[in-house]
Amino acid sequence: MTAFLQSTFNGLVSGAFYALLALGLAVIFGMLRVVNFAHGAFYMLGAFGAYVLLAEAGVPFWVALAVVPLALALLGMALERAFIHRLTRLDPLYNFLLTFGLTLILQDLVKLRYGVQSSPYEVPAGLRGSVDFGLFDFPTYRVFILGFAVAVCVGVWWALARTRVGMVVRAATERPELTRALGINVGRWITPVFGFGIALAGLAGVLAAPMRAVNPLMGADLIIVVFAVVVIGGLGSIFGSVAAGFGIGMVQAWAEAYLSAFPIVAQTIVFIVMAAVLLWRPAGLFGRAEAPA
Amino acid sequence: MLRIENLSAWYGEAQVLRDAGLHVDPGEVVTLVGRNGAGKSTLLRCVMGLHPGWRGSVELDGTALGNLSADRRARRGLGWVPDDRGSYATLTVTENLTLPPTVGPDPWSLERVYEAFPALYQRRNSAATTLSGGEQQMLALARVLRMGARVLLCDEPTEGLAPLLVQQVGDLLREAKRHGVTVLLVEQNLRFATSVADRHYLLAEGRVTAAMENSEVRSRERELLSYLGI
Ligand SMILES: Nc1ncnc2c1ncn2[C@@H]1O[C@H](COP(=O)(O)OP(=O)(O)O)[C@@H](O)[C@H]1O
Ligand SMILES: [Mg+2]
Repeated sequence: MTAFLQSTFNGLVSGAFYALLALGLAVIFGMLRVVNFAHGAFYMLGAFGAYVLLAEAGVPFWVALAVVPLALALLGMALERAFIHRLTRLDPLYNFLLTFGLTLILQDLVKLRYGVQSSPYEVPAGLRGSVDFGLFDFPTYRVFILGFAVAVCVGVWWALARTRVGMVVRAATERPELTRALGINVGRWITPVFGFGIALAGLAGVLAAPMRAVNPLMGADLIIVVFAVVVIGGLGSIFGSVAAGFGIGMVQAWAEAYLSAFPIVAQTIVFIVMAAVLLWRPAGLFGRAEAPA
Repeated sequence: MLRIENLSAWYGEAQVLRDAGLHVDPGEVVTLVGRNGAGKSTLLRCVMGLHPGWRGSVELDGTALGNLSADRRARRGLGWVPDDRGSYATLTVTENLTLPPTVGPDPWSLERVYEAFPALYQRRNSAATTLSGGEQQMLALARVLRMGARVLLCDEPTEGLAPLLVQQVGDLLREAKRHGVTVLLVEQNLRFATSVADRHYLLAEGRVTAAMENSEVRSRERELLSYLGI
């Protein structure tokens, strides 16, 4: 029982990263119809941003948690204005080429300056040690990540469900053409939404810095699972991406704990789940078939 | 008020409008009738600025709309009621109504909409796509009235509706007209058309081939119905 709870908790923490990344991908896809293959690179930049700020300027974790996502949002918005917005009129293949190319450029720029070895990042002072949950202890920092990620997801949900901007984003996501014909300047919201999605990736990166190895390829490994998460949740479904993020985190942790006799299954469980979901529901668990314009 | 001249439109290589022309004066209700596939919806989409492949001229209040974006056209007072009713599944009924900005001098208030349509009020917090077809049609019409649109572009609002609901749509359009709203109405139901409209245009193979008064439509009803294939 203790082992089960512990692996569940670990799964939820991995799931927190998947959920934050998938959420950003979902809002970006919804509004821009662009699959951002560079999302993992922005997550990596988030972690490196925190590392560089601390190592070279002594900027503490808490400041980085606010500053790095904001800076990446600005970078994302600049890239959207310069390149990404050109994709709307092009074949989807260019979507892949541009955002994947961007990934390689960002990764190599970081490699050039910091090499490929992992850089250490200390857990911030107030979050060291562990919390006693009775049956087991759990690292305080991981509890923090889980709480923080859940709060961010709930906050985003609230903003989408209850604010005027959220309503416009939902409308433009569901029916972009009709929304324009009803007098809404959809284009005005595209750049900020892209920046917001990138900020979520950066936030996940900062959160990852004290827990995961900070290196130029950290995003590349993670993002493959995140794409599986997005497909399972239903491409473009906000709720689906968050639920699938936490769900897949748990499934992965359980597979590691209980299927260690079948390492091939344990390591590929995400893609086995994805294949099964796609056979059962081709649009994903919470996706809807492509809506009219 | 609304003047269309030499309007041509294409889907890829296929031309669906060929130098179509018509005009609607302020406060008039004018219908556009024509067979399925004649290009009626495409014409409305061109007026709304939603169709990319077009040539010709569309004027509102004497100014050419040119390449003005759809949202700017809406802000100038055009209110589109699309043929699929345009309900958002991810928005509640109230949100469907309050999404558009108010663009005209005389917008309906939300209270007025709900007073006129108690059924919408009862379902105000439900997703709009859970409403019946008739309710969704009322929602789409109420939405453009709440915007205060001065020119409505209604694409077959009575299609598939029970007679009682058709009558309600008629009442609504007549009330809008009383308040000075101008309407270009795509319609297949000739009885309904003559009961709400001042004049009629016939669109055939992408051209406006006839302009008719109510009396002419009534006297040619059989011929027109068989031409429309109804
Ligand atoms: N998205 C589209 N792509 C290609 N052809 C289309 C499309 N929409 C409509 N058409 C064609 O254009 C013609 C006019 O369509 P439409 O304007 O919808 O006619 P109507 O509303 O009068 O029934 C039809 O022949 C139809 O098949
Ligand atoms: Mg049509």
